[in-house]
Amino acid sequence: MSSVPYARVKLVRDSSRPTGLDYVNNIFKDFIEFHGDRRFGDDPAIVGGIAYLGDTPVTVIAIEKGHTAKERSFRNFGAPHPEGYRKALRLMKQAEKFGRPVVCFIDTSGAYCGIGAEERGQGQAIAENINEMSTLCVPVISVLVGEGGSGGALALAVADRVWILQNAVYSVISPEGCASILWKDASKAEEAAESLRLTAEDAKSMGIVEKILSENELGKKTFYDRIRALLIDELDGLSSDPELLTKRYERFRRIGTEAVI
Amino acid sequence: MALIDFLKPKNKLEEGGRSSAPVHQDAGEPEKLCPNCRKLIPVSRLWSNGLVCPCGYHFRMKARQRITLLVDKGSFKELFSELRAGNPLDFPGYTDKAETARTASGETEAVICGTAEIGGQSCCLFVMEAQFMMGSMGSAVGEKITRLFEYALECRMPVVGYTVSGGARMQEGLLSLMQMAKTSAALRRHSDAGLLYIAVLTDPTTGGVTASFAMEADITLAEPGATIGFAGARVIEQTTRKSLPKEFQTAEFVLEHGFVDRIVPRGDHKKILAQLLSMHNGGRSQ
Repeated sequence: MSSVPYARVKLVRDSSRPTGLDYVNNIFKDFIEFHGDRRFGDDPAIVGGIAYLGDTPVTVIAIEKGHTAKERSFRNFGAPHPEGYRKALRLMKQAEKFGRPVVCFIDTSGAYCGIGAEERGQGQAIAENINEMSTLCVPVISVLVGEGGSGGALALAVADRVWILQNAVYSVISPEGCASILWKDASKAEEAAESLRLTAEDAKSMGIVEKILSENELGKKTFYDRIRALLIDELDGLSSDPELLTKRYERFRRIGTEAVI
Repeated sequence: MALIDFLKPKNKLEEGGRSSAPVHQDAGEPEKLCPNCRKLIPVSRLWSNGLVCPCGYHFRMKARQRITLLVDKGSFKELFSELRAGNPLDFPGYTDKAETARTASGETEAVICGTAEIGGQSCCLFVMEAQFMMGSMGSAVGEKITRLFEYALECRMPVVGYTVSGGARMQEGLLSLMQMAKTSAALRRHSDAGLLYIAVLTDPTTGGVTASFAMEADITLAEPGATIGFAGARVIEQTTRKSLPKEFQTAEFVLEHGFVDRIVPRGDHKKILAQLLSMHNGGRSQ
């Protein structure tokens, strides 16, 4: 039997779990998807557009893994290329122009590791998103719904509030990658998953997420209704906060200060 | 003490060089094998040339050696040297590994920060240290770099940063990942105040450091032949099952694809940095 952390890693990789688009379609209404980064192409691993959250238009961005084999292949298993991050940034800047809040749903094993991704600046694309999100003048809420894989997840998570589903994981590296680098043995992934402290409870105890969302009735109407209500309520508070950017700076500024001796 | 004496390695562990090529010592002067031209080069000749082989191959260099080569004599004043990582997650083996890194590198952490003058131009400077856990970024590295940008903002000074890193430090888990956001936010504030940041990418600059402060500078320089990329080449090969293009993830490759401004040989760093700082009014906004 797996330990709890690794069992969760495996659980959230299951293709039957709700994917990014399930959240978009069930929480929001009248979603209109926009494509392309205006630089090179359109990355199906990240979907984005505008939709109503209750009565308010918001910009929604989601990493999409797909359910079926065909969908998963089309979505590159939710591993974005630089174009995905650049599309997301374009839509966030658009949201800023029109004063719309941004809601992101994150579910990725990580940014894609490929030749084209490197040629087109995967690292630069992630860096630019992190940088720009730190001063985006509209409220941003990011929800980790499955795998929160390293920089590829953080590139959509420099937010005012970061929430995580109770079984979702958030990690600096995959347990397999960690085990293979540190112990030259990918089969020690279970041990690595424990050491990395990647569960929702860990992320909350480190002050990296504000809220753990219950998975009761996962994928049912009541589940999505509950998340919608939480988002509406939270954005209501954030939208009127004149200290939004200062608080966002402080939110990240304090992380790790206690880990230094 | 002459510069050359300072630069000479005190022990074997301090010898720079990504090749970790053996130093050959027969009867005469010690020599080092250059992995590029495959010639044995007298070590004294390498040191007098800033650890660059006559063929142009740049050996890795320790952060302190680099600072000594780069800054005006006696101008470096170190900041935040008291900060070092704990073991916040009680990660197995981390405390010992960090201690070994301290002994091996002679440094307390994987980055050295301070103020300096380069060709008469004052700046804030950070230089990462490859011999400290391959320059990985944990909480202390993130905190030091963040504090340096905050200090530079307060004093209205430019920042010059030398990156060398395998990426985020796994042993600090999410706390390491968040340092990407923390450092980026601090450098963004510095940038928004009209202040200059020049990054110099050296071998290797990868992972979470590439995906944060290495790629967010106003001007991005790189050392010849440096490995620069996000994902590790081996991981890419395994993921894609394709053979990688020649020169993949080298400074030259990254230049060709438009992600750095210039490749600058080590011997020219001081001159070009001084000139760039001067051209930006000492890096201060009007």
